[in-house]
Order: sequence, then structure tokens, then C-alpha cells
Amino acid sequence: MEFLAYFGDVFAPVNFGLLLIGTIGGLILGATPGLSPTMAVALLIPFTFRLEPAQGLILLGAAYTSTVAGGAVSAILLKIPGAPANIATTLDGHTMAQKGEGARALQLSFLASAVGGVFGVLLLIFLTPVLAQWALAFGPSHLFWLAILGVTVIGSLDSSSVVKGLLSGCIGLWLATIGFDDIMGAQRFIFHSSLSGGINVIPALIGLFAIPQVISMFAKGRRRLDAEVLSVARHPIGAAVREVFGRLRALSIGTITGSIIGLIPGVGGQIAGLVAYDQAKKLSPERAKFGTGHSEGVIAAESANNAMVGPSLVPLLTLSIPGSPTAAVLLGGLLIHGIFPGSDLFDNYPDVAWTFINAMLVGQILMCLFGLYVAGLAAKVAQVPNNVMAAVVLGLAVFGSYSVQNSMGDVNVMMALGTGMYFLERFGFSAAPLVLGLILGPIAEANFIQGSMIANATSSVGAYFFTGGLNLVLIGIVIASIAYSVWMELRSRRVVTKDDAVAKAEAAL
Amino acid sequence: MKQILAAAAMATFALAGAGLAEEAYPERPIMMMVSYGAGGATDFQARIVTMTAGNEDALGMPIAIINKPGAGGRVGWNWFATQAEADGYTLGAYNIPHFIAQSIEGGVQYGAASFEPIANWGADPAVFVVAADSPFNSMADVVDHAKANPGKLTFSGAGLFVGHHIAALQLEKAAGVKLAYIPNNKGGAGAMKAVIAGEVLGGVNNLSDAFRAREAGNVKILGVFDLERSDFLPDVPTLKEQGFEIDNASVNFRGVMVPKGTPQPIIDKLAEVVPSMFENARVQGKMKAGGSPMHVMTRAEVLDMWAAREKTLKDLLAGL
Repeated sequence: MEFLAYFGDVFAPVNFGLLLIGTIGGLILGATPGLSPTMAVALLIPFTFRLEPAQGLILLGAAYTSTVAGGAVSAILLKIPGAPANIATTLDGHTMAQKGEGARALQLSFLASAVGGVFGVLLLIFLTPVLAQWALAFGPSHLFWLAILGVTVIGSLDSSSVVKGLLSGCIGLWLATIGFDDIMGAQRFIFHSSLSGGINVIPALIGLFAIPQVISMFAKGRRRLDAEVLSVARHPIGAAVREVFGRLRALSIGTITGSIIGLIPGVGGQIAGLVAYDQAKKLSPERAKFGTGHSEGVIAAESANNAMVGPSLVPLLTLSIPGSPTAAVLLGGLLIHGIFPGSDLFDNYPDVAWTFINAMLVGQILMCLFGLYVAGLAAKVAQVPNNVMAAVVLGLAVFGSYSVQNSMGDVNVMMALGTGMYFLERFGFSAAPLVLGLILGPIAEANFIQGSMIANATSSVGAYFFTGGLNLVLIGIVIASIAYSVWMELRSRRVVTKDDAVAKAEAAL
Repeated sequence: MKQILAAAAMATFALAGAGLAEEAYPERPIMMMVSYGAGGATDFQARIVTMTAGNEDALGMPIAIINKPGAGGRVGWNWFATQAEADGYTLGAYNIPHFIAQSIEGGVQYGAASFEPIANWGADPAVFVVAADSPFNSMADVVDHAKANPGKLTFSGAGLFVGHHIAALQLEKAAGVKLAYIPNNKGGAGAMKAVIAGEVLGGVNNLSDAFRAREAGNVKILGVFDLERSDFLPDVPTLKEQGFEIDNASVNFRGVMVPKGTPQPIIDKLAEVVPSMFENARVQGKMKAGGSPMHVMTRAEVLDMWAAREKTLKDLLAGL
């Protein structure tokens, strides 16, 4: 209960002011496509040079928390995920917005984020020593199986058929191989200088989601000039609260999945939302409604990606190992003040450590309040005419891709992938499985190579990947996931005809 | 004829203008390219050592850090060698031995000859770490185990063609044993996690990260791959003290450079001012607090170091 003693510090005027700045700034940064949580935190690091250690961390912690949630705003209203963590939110969130329920989708997403986020931070407060051991348990072979588990999700994710889902997943896996390979440094498929650093996930994400939208908005704009303005119905907050807690299954699946995945170093929040969405879909009696603007989809995805925030800091705070890129940036923010994370942090600087963690807890609540306020304003954003909207989105897409690595090459990649995706969408393919392939490819590949190198030096590859409790459990889940998909596919043959695919593509526009 | 005259006149003015510009240099903020991501060790240190650039006794203009990460630094250095303007307003951070090893490996558009060093700020030696509960207590224990089990001693490092890999190659050569070097795709942090979690028996890692991990009680540090002991770890002997012929070829030197073709007066001015910037007490204090060892070297010293490093690395990597 030590953390309670430091709660007062959070509400000291300067600290609370920084918390507000971090939260509001984080929401805005998060809602800007391309500004991922990692970048938002990195941008703020120079400002912390002049602050006290605890103050600097309050700013960074608040920004981390609220950028993750802020990404939902553009995911829902524009169908551009602010960060990979928000991909799953687009699936139902944007469909809801198209039906005029944008305000409701935003309210649900911020409430679910707050529930997941508070749970995640509470885990960080109470179970850190236990969780640290957990985080270390995942070696190369386990991460490999985890990535394969992600691959099994690809087929059933938001496509008109399993085959098309798998095919776009494979395109993503291939795209992931471009560039210098992670382990051996071999050059693969670098046929243009823009690709020498490989395909960065953020520009790819922006291109694949935003550009097809922009093209169809421009294409339609001339024909039916004012036909497409989204209407946003006002939605009472009380109803949203009741709905979030009414969907207890989705909420708890999202929160628990997010917490577990956030804990594992090297996987991070990128896939937490997608895995939680898939699990919630498979375990829901209303699974047919997923993808058509179903509230469970938004709740599961958003509670998962914020639940991951707290546990993702466990390896950093206890073992001094940054488990995610964002944690690595936070480490820089600590080191600049001469504070080493690890046991030193809690023993010698409890005021810094606990104020930071408490600030994240309070930040979750503030984020939710401001988010609900933003949801009220959403109506105004959606009233922008189509042709103006397309230009704004295009501008944001270019800005977002450029800012990731200050590279025009990334903008080229974004435009090329986006244009390709526009045509793929015509044929019933969808962007989410493609991005999932792009994210999972390097995780599966690097861990397989590392695992097999260790295996070759010590035992055999078979023994390394197929024995041990955790390996077997993960393999079991993989098999169950595949079997479930096959069973569902056989039971209700999904739409495979061209007409159905076109109808679905039309519905998605 | 008129046109030629006009062109000649323009050229003269341009030259005169350039001369004036060099005297007034710098008259606008300068940018420094870091070829690793924001928040990494190189980025973190680059931001600290350049934070006093705007002071009157330094350059009088601030230095802004621009990150161009990707492919182990290759993306940034390719850009710096081929596209950066050689006008003195575009500086770059170098990492030795990384970029020289990569240029020897091939497939990149730069080499030591593409850049002009300005000054060196840091030297982060590689160290050998094992988990806190490991039975190994000295490098001799490690090498004995490796001799008894050739090719089976697994140890992690941040990747191929980086300082850790060079240290690993040196250890194999000096001890005459075969080891299993496992490069990690998550850099030094990933390699450290592999050691603490017991995925591998040991690892080569950065002194600064290893120092922190030891403070946290997670690892033992068995040896330093440098010529002298480190101020941060006075109790840890060098590899040389333990009987292995290993020099400082794997030490990760970090410093500032400009693209080839930058006007000589600007190089001279930078070479004079930048080292004094690194000596600033505030900079030194912040670097020490962050556990980042400093090692300030002038342009002349860095030129020698680059040349020496290129020769050693060519010999070491020849067999690969």
C-alpha cells in the first residue's frame, strides 16, 4: 500500500498541471496519424531535461497513457489507426461512425480504455515482482509460437473469406522481409532506395488504411458532392457507461488479454488489440455482428490496448530491461536524471517511482474525462464535406509518414502501399490482416532464427521448440485456434462469390 | 560572351559570399543526424552532449537532433554520405566500429573516407556478462567451459557487425575456442534480457547497460574488452589482464562528423569548438548520472583512431 502515501504528490499544483498537459497533449498527438506513443514520448523527452525527475516522468507517463487511447479517435472517425495498437478499433469503430454512431463509439472506446488502463496500472502496482518473473519466462521459442498464434488469427480477421484473409496476411509477411534482415544483416528485395530500411509499420499502416479512403472520397466527391457527410447522433454518456459494463465479457477478455500480452517483452501493444478482438469475437454468441459496427469489438480492442500500458513497464521498472520501444524511451527519461530503474528505483527513489505510477492511474481517469468531451465534439469533425476531408486526411497521412523517420522514402512507401490497397479492397481483401502479417513476420522470423541458433548449439531444434510446459501450452492454443476457424468455416460457409465481396466492399466505403 | 562574363561575375560573388558565410558560421541552427531511434543510447547521449551548443562560448546556435533509424544505422549513414548537404549545417553522429564494419561487409554507400570526423565524445566498451546465479566467476571459467564443450557455449550480443560481434570474434581468436554467438534483433536490451532470463549462458553487452543491470543485482560482469579498466567498474579486470590478447577494437566510440566536401574553415571551427562543448561541466554531470562513459578526442586523434580501426576490422572480418 506504499503507493497510497505518494498520492498527494500527484495533486501538487505543478505536478497536476503537467499531468493535464501530458494528458491533453497526448490525446492530440495520439489522434494524429503517424505519431505513435513511442514518438510522442520521445518528442517530450527534451522538455523533461529541466524538470524534476518525478515531474518529467509524470509528463511522460500521462502522454504514454493518453496517446494510446487517442489513437482511437482517428481510428473511429477517419479509419486511420493512430498506432498499430488501434488497428482492431477501426474494424467496428469506423463502421459505427458510418452509421452515425461516432459519438457512441468514441465514448465506448474511452470508457473501455480507462477500465483496461486502470486494471493494467493496478497490476503494475500490486503484482510487479511476480509479473517480472513471468516476463522473463518468454524465450525465443515461446515468442515464435506466440507469433504463430497471431498468424492463425489472420484468416478470420475482417475479410470476405478466409482464403482472402490468409492471402493478404501472406502479402504482409512478404512485405516484412524487405530490407536488411534483423539477425544476419542480409539484404532482401531492396529494389528501390526508399526500401533500404525495410517497410516501417507506421507509414505502412497509414498508407494501407488512409489512402484507399482518400481515393474513394475523391472518386465519389464529384458525383455526389454532399451525399456523404457523416451524421453523428448525440449519445448520452450514462448510456455508454451502462453499455460498457453491460458488455462484461468483451471488457474482461480485452483487459486480461491486453495485460498478458503487454507483459511479454518484444511483442508489446501492437498485437494486443487484434488478439483481444479475435478472442472476444470467437467467444461471443453474437459473433456474426462483429465487423458491422458491434460495440463488443470496440470495447475489447480498446480495453486491451490500454491494459497493456501498465504491464509493459514491468520489465523496465524491475529488471531495467525496456520491453517495448516506448519503455526504451522512458528509460532515457529516467537516465537523464541519474536514476537507474530496477530495485534501486523503488528503494532509493520511491517518491519518483510511485508518483509516476500514481500519475498514470490518475491519468487514465483524466484521459477518460477529456476523451468523453472530445466525443461530444466529434460531430463537428464529421460534418466536414467529403472533398475537404479527403485533402485533410491526405495531408495528415503525408505528414505522419514523413515524421516517423524524417524520410521521404517512407512517404513513397505509404503512397505505393495505399494505392495498391485501394485495388486490393475492390477484390474483397482488407488491410487489417495485411498489417498483422507485416507486424508478425519479423517477430516470428527473428525468434525462429535465434531459437534455432541456440538449439543447434545446445540440443536439437525439435527439443527446443516442442518441449517445455509453456511451449506445449502455446502450441495447444495455436491448434485450438486453427481448429476453431476450420470448424466455423465448415459450419457456415462464408461469402465467397464476387457479388458478396463487392457488396461488402461497398458497405465498407 | 556577355553570358560568360555574367556567369564568371556571379561565381566570384558566390565565392566571396561563401567566404563571408564561413566567417559568420554558424548563423542559423544546426541539425545533427543520429542514425538510431529516439531514446536509444546514441540518441540519448547525442542530445546531452549538444545541449550547450547554443551557449555564447560554444557555437552560439542550438543543435537539433534528427533521427534517421533503420537497418542497424545503414539508412542514416547512407543518407548522410549521399544526400546530406556539406555546408556545415548538417552534422552526423558516428558509431565506431559499426559503420566501418558495415562498409567492410559491403552493400552500403559509405566508408571511412566518406566522412570528416570533428570530435569524439564517448567510448562505451563491451563487457562480458553472465546471470547473477551463473557458475562462471571469471573469463577463465567461461573459456574452460567452452573448451570442454566446443561450439556449445551460447552467448548473446546486439547483432552482427557491431561492437559486440567484434568482441565475440576477438574472444574466439584470442582464446582459441569455438563459441556460439547469438545475435539479438532487439539490440543490447534484448541481448541483456536473454542473459538474465537464462536463454543463453552469457553475453557481450554495453558497459553502461551492464553496469545498470549489475546495480539491479541481475548479472555478474566478468571482463572489459578495453585497454584499461573503466571508472564505472574499477573492480572488473580487462580481458588483457586475464591473459587474452584483446585490444579496444570493439569499444563503441561515438562522436560528431560532417560529410566529405564540407569547407575546411568550417571543419576547423567545429573541430576547435565542439570538444570544448563536450568538456562543459553540465554535460559531464548529465553523462555521468546516466552511466555513459565519456572519452573526448580531438579531430586529429579521431582520424588516427578511424584509420587504426579500419585496419584491425579488415583483418578480423576477413575470415567471415
